[in-house]
Formats: sequence, structure tokens, C-alpha cells
Amino acid sequence: MNLTLRVWRQSGPSDDGRMVTYQVEDVSPDMSFLEMLDVLNERLILEGDDPIAFDHDCREGICGMCGMVINGVAHGEQRATTTCQLHMRHFEDGATITIEPWRAAPFPVVKDLVVDRSAFDRIIQAGGFVSVPAGSAPDAHSIPVRKEDADDAFDAATCIGCGACVAACPNGSASLFTAAKITHLSLLPQGQPERVSRAKAMVDQMDAEGFGGCTNTGECTAVCPKGIPLDTIAQMNSDYLKANGK
Amino acid sequence: MNHTQGPDIRDTKAPSGPIEERWEKRKFSARLVNPANKRKLHVIVVGTGLAGGSAAATLGELGYNVTSFCYQDSPRRAHSIAAQGGINAAKNYRGDGDSIHRLFYDTVKGGDFRARESNVYRLAQVSVNIIDQAVAQGVPFAREYGGLLDTRSFGGAQVSRTFYARGQTGQQLLLGAYQALERQVAAGTVTMHTRHEMLDLIVSDGRARGVIVRDMVTGEIERHVADAVVLATGGYGNVFFLSTNAKGCNTTAIWRAHERGAYFANPCYTQIHPTCIPVSGEYQSKLTLMSESLRNDGRVWVPLRKNDSRAPGDIPEQERDYYLERIYPAFGNLVPRDIASRAAKNVCDEGRGVGPGGLGVYLDFRDAIGRLGRDAVEKKYGNLFEMYERITGENPYDVPMRIYPAVHYTMGGLWVDYDLQSTIPGLFVIGEANFSDHGANRLGASALMQGLADGYFVLPTTIGDYLADGPYGDVDEEAVAEAEVKVRDKIERLLSVNGTRTPDSFHRELGKLMWDYCGMERTEESLRKALERIPELREEFWRDIKVTGTAEKLNQVLEKAGRVADFFDLAELMCLDALVRTESCGGHFRAESQDSDGEALRDDERFAHVSAWERTPGGPVLHKEPLEYEYVKMTQRSYK
Repeated sequence: MNLTLRVWRQSGPSDDGRMVTYQVEDVSPDMSFLEMLDVLNERLILEGDDPIAFDHDCREGICGMCGMVINGVAHGEQRATTTCQLHMRHFEDGATITIEPWRAAPFPVVKDLVVDRSAFDRIIQAGGFVSVPAGSAPDAHSIPVRKEDADDAFDAATCIGCGACVAACPNGSASLFTAAKITHLSLLPQGQPERVSRAKAMVDQMDAEGFGGCTNTGECTAVCPKGIPLDTIAQMNSDYLKANGK
Repeated sequence: MNHTQGPDIRDTKAPSGPIEERWEKRKFSARLVNPANKRKLHVIVVGTGLAGGSAAATLGELGYNVTSFCYQDSPRRAHSIAAQGGINAAKNYRGDGDSIHRLFYDTVKGGDFRARESNVYRLAQVSVNIIDQAVAQGVPFAREYGGLLDTRSFGGAQVSRTFYARGQTGQQLLLGAYQALERQVAAGTVTMHTRHEMLDLIVSDGRARGVIVRDMVTGEIERHVADAVVLATGGYGNVFFLSTNAKGCNTTAIWRAHERGAYFANPCYTQIHPTCIPVSGEYQSKLTLMSESLRNDGRVWVPLRKNDSRAPGDIPEQERDYYLERIYPAFGNLVPRDIASRAAKNVCDEGRGVGPGGLGVYLDFRDAIGRLGRDAVEKKYGNLFEMYERITGENPYDVPMRIYPAVHYTMGGLWVDYDLQSTIPGLFVIGEANFSDHGANRLGASALMQGLADGYFVLPTTIGDYLADGPYGDVDEEAVAEAEVKVRDKIERLLSVNGTRTPDSFHRELGKLMWDYCGMERTEESLRKALERIPELREEFWRDIKVTGTAEKLNQVLEKAGRVADFFDLAELMCLDALVRTESCGGHFRAESQDSDGEALRDDERFAHVSAWERTPGGPVLHKEPLEYEYVKMTQRSYK
């Protein structure tokens, strides 16, 4: 396949950035999207150009490090897929592909397609945990959990923290990310003692980072590689209201 | 590459007495630090996977002053996250005869009698606490309808002791450790530096006292000093270029520590996983593991004829070779990882491999679908089939899967004593980065167990004994400056060559060479060839490498080049270690040492020891740590 790529290039946080066009030839349909960029980058290095910087690590769809907006869609049009798991067979020969970084004020661009997502870590720091120091835990079977609750908690806990939800949201909201963690811990008995304070602290931190509010557009769950359900946000709002009612 | 032999290692610091009591004894003998003094003691932890994340969190909880580093943009992304299967623990919740002693026994046997008994016993003891800790953190393990934890059985064990969270056990355990870590960041006990890469160890007055790191965003070279340093930087499987490791996994942290005096143990012990998705072309950047559980229902075969280019569906039954069932009638498709891997390589070497380049074998579910129905197969393996189709574009319900072995885990690593301290006082090494516990072969679901045992329970106790003598006072300024200059010089050198080849092109070539000569099967001839070729390639690297950009900002080419440079040196030591160990054991198969059935043949007379390598200006020096088995009788494995 032969492709035309339009890629966002930005040399650093203070640079304005621009779209740059590249032609790539002989792309195999079996390549992953990132392997296609690897091939282009090898060429750019040999030509003495600066290769395109992008984040990636496990390339198995689980670490959450990769992420780019491909033809206007976070992680591309293939549903429930991270960028690293997207393969070139889903594109037409001769196509033009536009590649941009996550765009949201709390995710400043570091370089090219690399953004700073440390705001997510700070939301977890605010309360995304159960306070249980190592060595203090009772026997695991002393806390039975209904299978349905465990399964629902798991569905929320599969969030990989990639940030696609923020990139897709017209408000730049981090509600799905925050709600996934709140829901995971709210559904389990272990999460109850800190349930209300956790919701308040995490939502307040999310707001302090400059993420927008949720208006239920559902773009987040549509692009989420793990399909985190939208109703986690209802759970978050419910816990948050309880905190403010007190 | 010549080497000399140094004195044996006789004292591993394991307490004496009955094996069940050794860890209790050590916990009591380890000195405590007054809570008021802990804040004055500074510990650096490099790496935030299961081992590093849990260690940094726990040390923070104890009140130490911790600084943590990772190369990713968040500590939540370390490669422990990709572990699928589960975590072993001797809970005996099933009442199926499991016990601490049985987990200990299985691990020593699975490691082909090349692990230290005292360490393995402790691992089995601590395993039960890990499950308690993870559940209390809210890790959503699989549960049964009664609300209790579900378990499953895994390779190499006859009991059901593997706890799991669907196919994402590593992710869920890592997020538990990550959340505990972030809680300590918020509490102010841990200072976190993401996108930082360790480039050297600071050794002052014979003690590990800090690290030189590079801020990967600004390019700034920073010095961080402390009273002790913990390396939790994972394995070195990426020396093969293609592996199931994350792209960023590298050997630099442990290799630089090795250059500073830490012994490197059993570098040749690598684990090759039999069920990975095969390479599809030259551009391939990594390999993806498919859960081993597929071998429960899939049948492995290749065409009987060489170079048979027919579609699998056109090959009649009598022209197929179900070679695992043929060679190993008792275990069939369920032989251990190393045996299944080698058998696949053999049939491909005979020219009977399938798919691009003939490097693949079929894993066929046709009979299982016929027997159980498509729905039942989909229920069991649906997510794996989907993953396979996503990557290959082929539907495994209609066409057999193609699989091939891939490098997956490295049992070798920096040598540590019972306290997990390396040969440099004050340098502790945990998780896959050390060599302990798994011997020559790791059992499935044991990597998560070891990482968390080290980080939550073992290290926080043993490092206290070392820190009880601290604070260690000022660091020798010259030692810090020397380390920093060394780092800067290396970066400068990489940038100044301006040759014609990219870091990846060298890495690919080195990886292929290692796979061909020091991979699944090693011979004296292949290893000597590798030892001849590696220095030539390294010389070419330093003459012809091309690194674009500058050191003062984010530069992924520079990062990669530095890592590849260290892989060359490590590769050489791996081949030397493999050459010297003329026996076969676990993941190390020397073709010269096999029994009449073609199985790995150990030589306990000559090789019942750990090979710990010291790096000196005069070349590598081999120290042997003799292994003694008081509790498990050494036997030869058989799976026929």
C-alpha cells in the first residue's frame, strides 16, 4: 500500500506546531499502525531528519502509553482498539491519513504526538486507592464479594489510563477515567470506608486540573479501548453528591 | 572472550536451621530503625513494576524518604501490566493438597534444580500474604458465586493455586501497587520522577549511594544520592530484539550496576514461550503472547512434507504430523514450555514450518470445535481468538492459528544474597532484575508472585537491617562527578558518530544473531560464532551509528542507541555463560547435553551452582555459588 500521512509536528511545548505531509510506500497490510510509523521514522533518521516522536511501550494494548488521533478519532476508527493494536489492513491503498496528538488543555504537548498525562496520576493521588499498608491485610477469604459485584468492578478496573476519553470529549472531560476508578472501588466492600471522601477528592482534583465537565455526549466510551461503560459516570456523580450533601 | 575463575561464593546470608524457620529467624535478626529516624534515611527505587512499585509504596508507608523513577510517563505502565495468566499462592483454598511445601517443591523442580532452596521456600511462605494484600487493596480477582476467590491450575502443577483476574492479572495487581504508590506520593513520603532513565550507579566508599539519571523530556542529567539504591528494572529479553517484552524494556540499569561491581548471575537463562503469534515481516517490532491455556484444546501440527504450500484445510489428515502427540504420547500438546518450543523449532528447521518464512506451526481448533461446539470454544477462548484475528487478520475458527516460540522472560539477573542485596553493599535488586528464585526455568504465574513478594514483604524487612547503620553521611563528590562525566561522554559519543545505520537496524541484527546462536538451542560452535561476531558488530555500531537530534530535549533515537550499546555487552556475557555451562538445564539447552530421547540433560556433578560473573578490567571472572539440596531430591525431568 502507498499512503499519504499528514502528521502533527511540534518540536517542543512552546513551539506552535504544524501539519507535515509524508509519503510512505510499500506498507504491508499486516503492519501495525505503529510499525508503519517505525518504518517512516527509520527513513527520516537516515535522511537526517528528526523522526516523529510518539509514546508507545507494550504494543499489546494494555499499558495505555500509545495514543493518537487518527483521522479525527482517538485511536482510529476501529472500535475498542488501542493505536498499537490497529493494523494497516483497515486502511485503503492510496489513502491520506491525518495523525494528531491528544488535544486537551490539561494534556500539554511535549513533542509531536507525545503529551503530558501526569494530571491522571494526580487524580489517582487524590484518592484512587484503598488505604491499606502492606502487611495489614486480613485473610483474603474474610471478605466475600458477590460475583456480580466483582465482575462489574472488574469491568471498570480495566481502564488503561490512555486518555482517549479526554481526547474524544468535546468538553475535554476526564469523567470516564475518574469514574472508572471511583466505580471500581465503590462496588467492592474494601472501598466502602473511603467511598464518599474518595469521590469528592478525585472529582475536585479533576476539576482543578482543568478538565471540562460531562454533558453525556458518550464520545468517551465510544473510543475507549476497554469499553468502560458510560454508567460509571452516574456512579461517580451519585457518590459525589453524597459527599456534598454531608 | 576469555575468562578466569574467582573464589566461590560460600555465604548467601541465609539463616541456618530448619527451612520453615529461616525467614522468621531473619525477620527477627534484622535490626529495626526507630520511626523517628526513618525520615532521615533516603532510598532510591528505580522501576515501578510489581516489584519496584510495591517496594516504593511499602518503604513510603514505613516512613522512609523514597525517590522513585520510571522511564514511562506514568508508573502505572511498567511491563508487569502485560502479564495475563495469574499469580500462584499456597493458600490451599481448594483443599486439594496444596501447601507451602508443595509450592516450594514445584518451584525448585520446575526451575530444574538451579534455584536456592532457602529463597524459594520464603517465596512460597510469603505468597499467601500477597493475595491478602491485593484483595484488601480492591484488586478484582475472579470470584465464584459464593463470593470466594476462584483459582485455576497452571503448567507444572497438579493443584489449583493460581489466582487470576480474567486475562489481565498483571494489570490489576500492578494498578493495586500503583495506587498504593500514588497514595504515598500524596502523603509526601515518595517523590516520583516519571520519564527519567537511570544511566549510572553512584558508588562511594564501596557503597551504592545514588544514581545518575537523564530527564527524558529536558535532556538534563541529574544526580540523586541516597543511603541505599533498589533496582527493580525488569528483565533483558529485548537483547533478542523480538520478544514479548515492552519496547522500552532494557538492560541499562542492571548493566551499569554490573559495570560498577555487581555480579551478574546466570545471564544465559532465558525462557522461550511456545505460543506467540509468529513474525509476519521484516518490519515486525515485537511479538505477542497467546495464553498457554490454548494448548488445552488446540492440536499442534505441521505438514508431513517439506515446503508444503497447500492451505491447511487442503492437507488431508494422513499428511499432517501432530508431532507433539507423536513424540510425547503421555503429555501430548501439554508438554512444558521449553520442550514445546524446541520441538517447534526442530520441525521448522526441517523445512516443515508454515506461514511467512516457514517460521510457524499450526495450532488447530478444528477437532475441539467439532467435539465441544463453536459456542463452547468461543466461551473459553473468545478473547484470545479475537486478539489473534486483530493482529493477523485470520479467523481461527476457520483457519488454524499459526504460532511460534518467542523470548518471554529472563531468569538470570544481578546476583543477590538472601537479603536481596547485590555484591555492592547498599544496592538491592528485586523482581525480574535479580536472578533469584526461578532457577533455570520459571513456572507460569510465578513472576507476579516473586515481584510482589520481593517488593511488599522481603525487601522492606531486609533493607531495614542495612539502613539501621545509616544515615551514611556525605557522598564522595569525585565519585558523583566521575559517574556524571561518564554518562555525558557516552551520550556525546553516540551523537558524534553520525554514521549510516539506525539504532534499530543494529538492534535487529544483534537480536537475530542471539536468536540464531544463543536462542532455544545452543552449541559450542554457535556460541563461539556469536562471541566472534558480537564484538565485530559492536565495533561497527560505534563506527557507524546515526543518532539524530540533540541531547537537550526529548530524543527517542538517543535513548534507543544507549540501550542498544548496553545490549551488545550483555549479549557477549550471555554467550560466554552459555558456553561455559556445557550442561542443559531448564531454559538453557546445549545440544551436546541431551539424553537418548532428546531431552535436556543436567550435569549435577559439575554444574549444580549459580554462575555469578564479575566484570574486571582483565575480563570476566566467574564465581560459583554451590547449590545444595537438603529438602528436595534432585531428579531428571521426564514428560514422555
